[in-house]
Amino acid sequence: MFEDLSRKLDGVLKRLRGQGKISEANVAETLREVRRVLLDADVNYKVARQFVDDVLRRAVGQDVLQSITPGQLIIKIIYDELNRLLGTQNVGITFAPMPPTVIMVAGLQGSGKTTFCAKLALHLKGQGRFPLLAAADVHRPAAIDQLEVLGKQVGIPVYAERGAGAVDVARGALEHARQSARDVVIVDTAGRLHVDEDMMREAEAVKTAVQPHEILFVVDAMTGQDAVNTALAFHQRLQYSGAVLTKMDGDARGGAAISLRATVGVPIKFIGTGEKPEALEKFHPDRLASRILGMGDIVTLVEKAQEQFDEEKAVALESKLRKAQFTLEDFMEQLQEVKKMGPLNQVMGMLPGMQRMPENVTVDEKALGRIEAMIRSMTPDERRKPQILNGSRRKRIAAGSGCTVQDLNRLIKQYEQMQRMMKTLSKGGKFGRMARGMRIHP
Amino acid sequence: MGILDTLGFSKLKEGLAKTREGLVGTVTRILTGAPKIDEDLLERLEESLIGADVGAGVAGEIMKGLRRRLKDTPPADVSGVLPLLQLEVTSQLAGSGPASADPFALPPARPYVILVVGINGVGKTTTIGKLARRYVAAGNKVLIAAADTFRAAAGEQLEIWAKRAGADIVIQKQGADPAAVAFDAVAAATARKTDVVIIDTAGRLHTRVNLMEELKKIGRVIAKQYPAAPHEVLLVLDASTGQNGLQQAKLFSAASGVTGIVLTKLDGTAKGGIVLAIARDMQLPVRYIGVGEGVDDLQPFSPADFTEALFQA
Ligand SMILES: Nc1nc2c(ncn2[C@@H]2O[C@H](COP(=O)(O)OP(=O)(O)OP(=O)(O)O)[C@@H](O)[C@H]2O)c(=O)[nH]1
Ligand SMILES: Nc1nc2c(ncn2[C@@H]2O[C@H](COP(=O)(O)OP(=O)(O)OP(=O)(O)O)[C@@H](O)[C@H]2O)c(=O)[nH]1
Ligand SMILES: [Mg+2]
Ligand SMILES: [Mg+2]
Repeated sequence: MFEDLSRKLDGVLKRLRGQGKISEANVAETLREVRRVLLDADVNYKVARQFVDDVLRRAVGQDVLQSITPGQLIIKIIYDELNRLLGTQNVGITFAPMPPTVIMVAGLQGSGKTTFCAKLALHLKGQGRFPLLAAADVHRPAAIDQLEVLGKQVGIPVYAERGAGAVDVARGALEHARQSARDVVIVDTAGRLHVDEDMMREAEAVKTAVQPHEILFVVDAMTGQDAVNTALAFHQRLQYSGAVLTKMDGDARGGAAISLRATVGVPIKFIGTGEKPEALEKFHPDRLASRILGMGDIVTLVEKAQEQFDEEKAVALESKLRKAQFTLEDFMEQLQEVKKMGPLNQVMGMLPGMQRMPENVTVDEKALGRIEAMIRSMTPDERRKPQILNGSRRKRIAAGSGCTVQDLNRLIKQYEQMQRMMKTLSKGGKFGRMARGMRIHP
Repeated sequence: MGILDTLGFSKLKEGLAKTREGLVGTVTRILTGAPKIDEDLLERLEESLIGADVGAGVAGEIMKGLRRRLKDTPPADVSGVLPLLQLEVTSQLAGSGPASADPFALPPARPYVILVVGINGVGKTTTIGKLARRYVAAGNKVLIAAADTFRAAAGEQLEIWAKRAGADIVIQKQGADPAAVAFDAVAAATARKTDVVIIDTAGRLHTRVNLMEELKKIGRVIAKQYPAAPHEVLLVLDASTGQNGLQQAKLFSAASGVTGIVLTKLDGTAKGGIVLAIARDMQLPVRYIGVGEGVDDLQPFSPADFTEALFQA
């Protein structure tokens, strides 16, 4: 499709070459093509018209360089403009200064709200938070069951009150979160049409009752021209703070995102890329811009490949652990991995089976640095077979890492303890899972 | 059945009436504001078609047809444009609408097997509840097969709908083989002298090759036991779907031999214009429309009403 567009544009613009500058007259046809591409991608026609006008304004007067084709130049301008419209960077969740953070999720029927709630809960859990899901969809048949099943799948508690109204459930959930020290409440609401006055009033009432810090509007990526109407109407009623684009794993171009951004202007925070709870990604404006123009999601592909690679490494590590061949080299690799993941307090929370870290415990990050320095001062052989570390080797390593021999002795002792512990643990495979958990949530 | 019919189209019109303040301009507003038939007017009419998700390509063709009609039978003033435009659109929908005079009449085959397919969240399960209710109300014995064994609580949801409709249900554990559920349902229906079997399937994106294979397998397994089945394969489409709808129709047809379309959620402001492209490219008729979440909110599709609604303020 991108090739299509760019070929078309090149054809149209061939005669531009040598004309030196882009003028309104000589790009009219090109812009018609661009408009068509946007319409085919489900960008609302009014938004598309406005967009093309903006591009024209920016393009007119620019020199057509010899080095690139005019088509490429226009595409560059369009791409930049789309990018700008989509918001130039990813915006995450805003958390309350005082927990619990309340996140309300709303949108049309079947857009993917309930699934997204579970995905978001899992995502936040991965960041060391303690979410509570609130089943405030009291209308759809089996909506509560659905959230409960999903909650179980992702290991997050679900607050429900069968027979109660949406407002009471939301309020009850907030109260429950305070009592049980959950720091995020994710409120799933029923799907509703923006023209359904009663239901829109219910949503407003939920908002008033729990004062969410974040309201997310969930939109199906397949939505067509009507996206502007619903986005606007929901925004008028709820003033939502962000949007989520679901079902991006299909082949829809997602032009609705452009419509939404152009009419409401809130950031798109996440995209849904599948039915499973893990299928959630941060929103990257540049990738969607490429997708709408049909340029392919190269960056995403590269990252996916990367993740795959990390997982393979984790699996290899797990099998090593099982055989208790965990070396100091592996130990250091783990340390580096841990450091990549951010503040240690959070990292610890990410480990399955680990309890919440008491607030006053701080992890000594300096100590970690010393350990790393010592292992780095060893030869590869020493890292793999620490038993060969005799007195003179230990002196050398201590000197090389700026530590004392006592420090090194302590490290080796800890390492041996850990190895013994793992031998026992690895029988149940628990540590293996732990190690893998660490790699999956970078 | 009588009670259901009294609902008529009021609900659809009610929903549509609310679009008046919508952002998408409507034809009537355009027409009443326009002093004469000129390029500007035609361009705006084309845009309003596009605004109804008809698609730029089909909208262009409709406009070409309209221009021809305007030349052949020039109307006296602007008000004569709309009837011509409606005529042009309705001609695109030839073949749509109920297959017989009674939109919910059942062909003679027993059991009559209906397979319901579509992407995620479009309204398959809800439509099945509504459809079952219609058949039960007409005195048929209906059996629903819960062949969505994947989605969380899909079975519980369908059980509620079966109860509302007064239909029986065949259900297995989550994760069971959907083809096996369908097979069992058809076998049970044959044994129990059931009139209609309606099979719910999990929502799946048409781009997921393995899931589309699973759909093919469901079809094969049913046909092995009962060669004429499924007699009808309904593709459920959300009215708010944009241009991707055509691709959905193509790939679901290829995998499951779709025979008709159900257009849901027409009670909102979306117009469902993509069915024009589907009707044109694939000769797939629209059979029913969904106009709400209640058990009675299913109506037969009427090309004339749909077209009128397309242009209604
Ligand atoms: N392929 C795909 N399917 C999704 C995605 N998100 C949700 N779904 C599916 O879409 C369907 C509807 O999802 P729900 O989470 O039930 O939607 P909802 O908005 O809560 O629906 P209502 O509560 O009925 O309004 C389900 O089949 C989900 O599995 C996604 O990102 N990709
Ligand atoms: N307003 C309105 N809502 C509808 C209509 N049909 C279905 N819905 C709602 O759309 C949502 C999804 O409906 P389902 O029947 O669960 O859709 P599905 O296609 O079975 O979904 P999956 O099995 O998850 O793929 C529910 O909230 C329904 O109540 C309709 O005609 N109008
Ligand atoms: Mg839901
Ligand atoms: Mg379903």
